[in-house]
Amino acid sequence: MWFFIAQVASLGLVLAVLYRPLGDYMARIYTTRKDLKVERGIYRLIGVDPASSQTWQAYARAVLGFSLVGVLLLYGLQRLQEWLPLALGLGPVAPGIAFNTAVSFVTNTNWQSYAGESTMGYLVQAAGLGVQNFASAAVGLAVAVTLIRALAARRAATLGNFWVDLIRGIVRLLLPLSIVAAVLLLASGVIQNFNEFTHITTLVGGTQSIPGGPVASQEAIKLLGTNGGGFFNVNSAHPFENPTPLSNLFECVLMLVIPFSLTRTFGVIVGNKKQGYTILAVMAGLFLISLTALTLLEYAGAGSGPQGAGAAMEGKEMRFGIGGSTLFGTSSTLTSTGAVNSMFDSFTALGGMLPLLNMMLGEVAPGGVGSGLYGMLVLAIITVFIAGLLVGRTPEYLGKKIGAREIKLVSLYLLITPTLILSFTALSFAIAPVRAEIESVSMLNPGPHGFSEVLYAFTSAANNNGSAFAGLSANTPWLNTTLGITMLLGRFLPMLMVLALAGALAAQDRIPVTAGTLPTHKPQFSVLLGSITLIVTALTFFPVLVLGPLAEGLR
Amino acid sequence: MATTRSVSRTLWVSVRSMLILTLVLGVLFPAAILGIGQLAFPAQANGSMLQSPGHTGPVGSALLGQTFTRPDGTPDPAYFQPRPSAAGTGYDGTASSGSNLGPENPVLLKEIAARKAAYLAQNPGTIVVPPDALTASASGLDPDISVANALDQAPRVAKARSLDLAKVLALVHQQTTGRDLGFLGEERINVLELNIALSRLEN
Repeated sequence: MWFFIAQVASLGLVLAVLYRPLGDYMARIYTTRKDLKVERGIYRLIGVDPASSQTWQAYARAVLGFSLVGVLLLYGLQRLQEWLPLALGLGPVAPGIAFNTAVSFVTNTNWQSYAGESTMGYLVQAAGLGVQNFASAAVGLAVAVTLIRALAARRAATLGNFWVDLIRGIVRLLLPLSIVAAVLLLASGVIQNFNEFTHITTLVGGTQSIPGGPVASQEAIKLLGTNGGGFFNVNSAHPFENPTPLSNLFECVLMLVIPFSLTRTFGVIVGNKKQGYTILAVMAGLFLISLTALTLLEYAGAGSGPQGAGAAMEGKEMRFGIGGSTLFGTSSTLTSTGAVNSMFDSFTALGGMLPLLNMMLGEVAPGGVGSGLYGMLVLAIITVFIAGLLVGRTPEYLGKKIGAREIKLVSLYLLITPTLILSFTALSFAIAPVRAEIESVSMLNPGPHGFSEVLYAFTSAANNNGSAFAGLSANTPWLNTTLGITMLLGRFLPMLMVLALAGALAAQDRIPVTAGTLPTHKPQFSVLLGSITLIVTALTFFPVLVLGPLAEGLR
Repeated sequence: MATTRSVSRTLWVSVRSMLILTLVLGVLFPAAILGIGQLAFPAQANGSMLQSPGHTGPVGSALLGQTFTRPDGTPDPAYFQPRPSAAGTGYDGTASSGSNLGPENPVLLKEIAARKAAYLAQNPGTIVVPPDALTASASGLDPDISVANALDQAPRVAKARSLDLAKVLALVHQQTTGRDLGFLGEERINVLELNIALSRLEN
């Protein structure tokens, strides 16, 4: 246990050291008027004027247009794989998987209904999936930064330029950090080659096929961009993706560093760093609570399987042990990464509920790159609204009045993912032929655990996480289609609400602080915000959790 | 050059930016990392392959587990055995996978019981079967076992090879990898490296 605490402390230390410089740097990236030479070149090539600023509608149109082109390109690359170089002799990806995967990577979900090593050639991996890893993360950042700038603006009609935010996020942040991360991963043992499977004779004279591939480059952005789509079927459990306990800790840093540091960026841009710290405190608090719960549950090892084996080691790697698995699992599901280094499906019943709950929180502690911060800011606005109702004052946040329009948008934002999760889970069991297929083809485990597999899938898709109770065979027409739709709506509808909200907030002047203003830069607000986050989730999802993990775990 | 006001213009800008990003992030970036990897970390970048005396080619990767079975498919008592694997028929490098069996799944409970019986039959002196010997790993390619697991197997291996048990135990301790930086992860033993060291011991 002391080793585990030291591991968490060292993770916290690294994140703390990077917090200020990275947060300040990101604030500069998204507020400076200066373009780099290479950026000016790109703007000329794509034909945009970096000095122009967009209304929220134009910004939203650009987000959607760019993402649509991404889906089409990625779908095309997969379907044409046969004729592309470095295809490893793999045929075209089937239409259902290709649609699901294209949507999955563009929405930053990286849900995978396929096994990487037997489905995707190296060109599709690198030039298709890898590019969307960068692009989807940069889009998330752009939308978050737009909301921050709107909170800092006074009577502004426009929000900034999507193309500038997109290109800067990639050129100045994601690409340089990915290069550093990829080199460090290489040093730790992650592979980077374009070899096909190497067939070797083993020590006892058997045969084994050793996989190859451009893994280090993919791995770096997979984690840094909170994408999570593994090069191999078992993701970061594969020794070629995550070879040592040290690389495991480093991968946790990569997942968490941008989402946590963005709270600093937020504080800097709105001109009050304490506003960022209260948000950070909520994120870190929820993270530690969830991590502690999962770790204790897995070490306790309740349930017939773990008891029979002597420890909950089914689906866990020896080098990481239980502590390295719960730390990675919590980091991955509280950000919207969804990478795994252990199999959640084989966790203890109540332990397996934790990743599910983490996602149900709405991916806000600290959440995905960009999406985590805007999700938490939406909850902050709900919090000042509820607090305002209790004391009978007009709610305001950072000098912006929270009126009817703002509350409508925020409420819609919060209703979208639960609606998707609960409706599609219910439909999967309510439509007789679908249910028959789910039970006979898709579910691996019987009883409540099988139900959890389906619930987990829709929760993961709606929150753009991408992890799975991986026993579920999701490569069926029903699941490929409905999960694809869930990912699309779960990504872009909330984004539209956020951009509309940014438009409404930017147009307001900043009103001065009065005695009636609820202070949002003090610990009291952190407690309020954390409580509201938990209550919103608990009330929404408690009934459905009773049917799955609670039914299994509390027998 | 205006901003993207119309839908058709937005799409045209999107297409152009996606093509440029594909070239830079999808081709140049992986190629640069390939260059750095092959120049600065060639062993790691190519899979950390291991050689063994008496073998012409590599016998495996230091990072991937493999099977040590006799031609009939049963575990070879003269080699330390890895954890159970759900990758293909076991340690299939083309099909990494965990079992994904839930904690109450009857299939898992049966498997654990069968593994326990087999382990006790192969390693009669065992008091408590180590959990890692009863459970399939996440990847199906786990290269490591616990120290307890190796110590339990040592008498069987020593007997099969007519080696002094003390020598084999000493080798197990020598091959033990501590926690990274003293506190990260678990103590463990790489099974392939241990078995290679074992064949060196004999020579």
